[in-house]
Amino acid sequence: MTALFTKAVSRSLLAVSLLAGVSLSAMAQTRVDDAWVRTTVPGQPSSGAFMRITADADSKLLSVASPVASNVQIHQMSMTNDVMHMGPVDAVALPAGKTVALDPEGYHVMLMGLSGQIKEGDQVPLTLTVENDKGVRETLQVTAPARTMKESMDMGHDHGMAH
Amino acid sequence: MNDLLTRRQVLGGMGILGLGLLAGCDGSTTALNFKYGKDLSNEIRGRTFKLTDTEGETKTLSSFRGLMPMVFFGFTQCPSVCPTALARAAQIKKIMGEDGKTLQVIFITVDPERDTPQVLDAYVKQFDPSFVALRGTLEQTKQVAKEFGVFYEKEPIGDTYTMSHTATSFVFDSRGNLRLGLSPSLSAKQCAEDLLTVMEVC
Repeated sequence: MTALFTKAVSRSLLAVSLLAGVSLSAMAQTRVDDAWVRTTVPGQPSSGAFMRITADADSKLLSVASPVASNVQIHQMSMTNDVMHMGPVDAVALPAGKTVALDPEGYHVMLMGLSGQIKEGDQVPLTLTVENDKGVRETLQVTAPARTMKESMDMGHDHGMAH
Repeated sequence: MNDLLTRRQVLGGMGILGLGLLAGCDGSTTALNFKYGKDLSNEIRGRTFKLTDTEGETKTLSSFRGLMPMVFFGFTQCPSVCPTALARAAQIKKIMGEDGKTLQVIFITVDPERDTPQVLDAYVKQFDPSFVALRGTLEQTKQVAKEFGVFYEKEPIGDTYTMSHTATSFVFDSRGNLRLGLSPSLSAKQCAEDLLTVMEVC
């Protein structure tokens, strides 16, 4: 009898927490600002996408997809004694309320196997999958304009790679 | 007598070229005092490379005599440090104005398998039409990197790869002596200042 009652309670508790989970995911918001993709020259099969991401709850960026590339990965660039190391990462941590930059100086999205040249002014669709610390996933649709490297330098990157 | 004459000639020459000699223009490479970059005046690197430009012509260091070559190793599928370094080089040229005309940017690919001459040419010229890209066979690439003390390595990712590599820009004076190493962390302005120091020498 007691066991049954406990079971019922825990079941309703489960239902409540599920509901809470749903409402949390509806509230959870991840913002993406200043997304851009680097232009390519004809025959260049890959490019990079850059942006600033702010999640309001502890989250992580799991993956990015784009119709313009057959293989999209998140890479991290690091510099040790002027040697640049590059490699894929499983996810990018997005601490609550903290803006994380995906820029040429750290994490960035690699667009590989491009379906064609990315020209200045092109609008590149990106789909981001973000998971919060409750395990709730959300997808974000972003449109990133294509910029030349020179343009992006002119927009305030004339201080070299180090901040 | 012969010895004396030679000596007199040398002394006379010293009088005329005195300034140049003091500044190290005699081929000897006295250490230079750079504000931001690394002085490489005492290092013998990158003297004997033989690579192909995007027109199919063979280029060596002496092909750029009279200019101030700035050599950077990279690959066109590099998302960050390579375009940043080349865009910085274009900015440096602009900052230096008239003096910038002697700066010859040379991009050497560490990924000759994927960087075709066509892609390389379009890639470097989007930053500045004067930039030159050089390419070798796999063996030549290995050699030139070794000669410069440059590290590079393929990083496999699934069925493709990206690359890790040294991101230093190497600057030679107009006589072909290696002088300066510029870190990717330096700004265009800082680089330009050090490049003017190289120009004062030769």
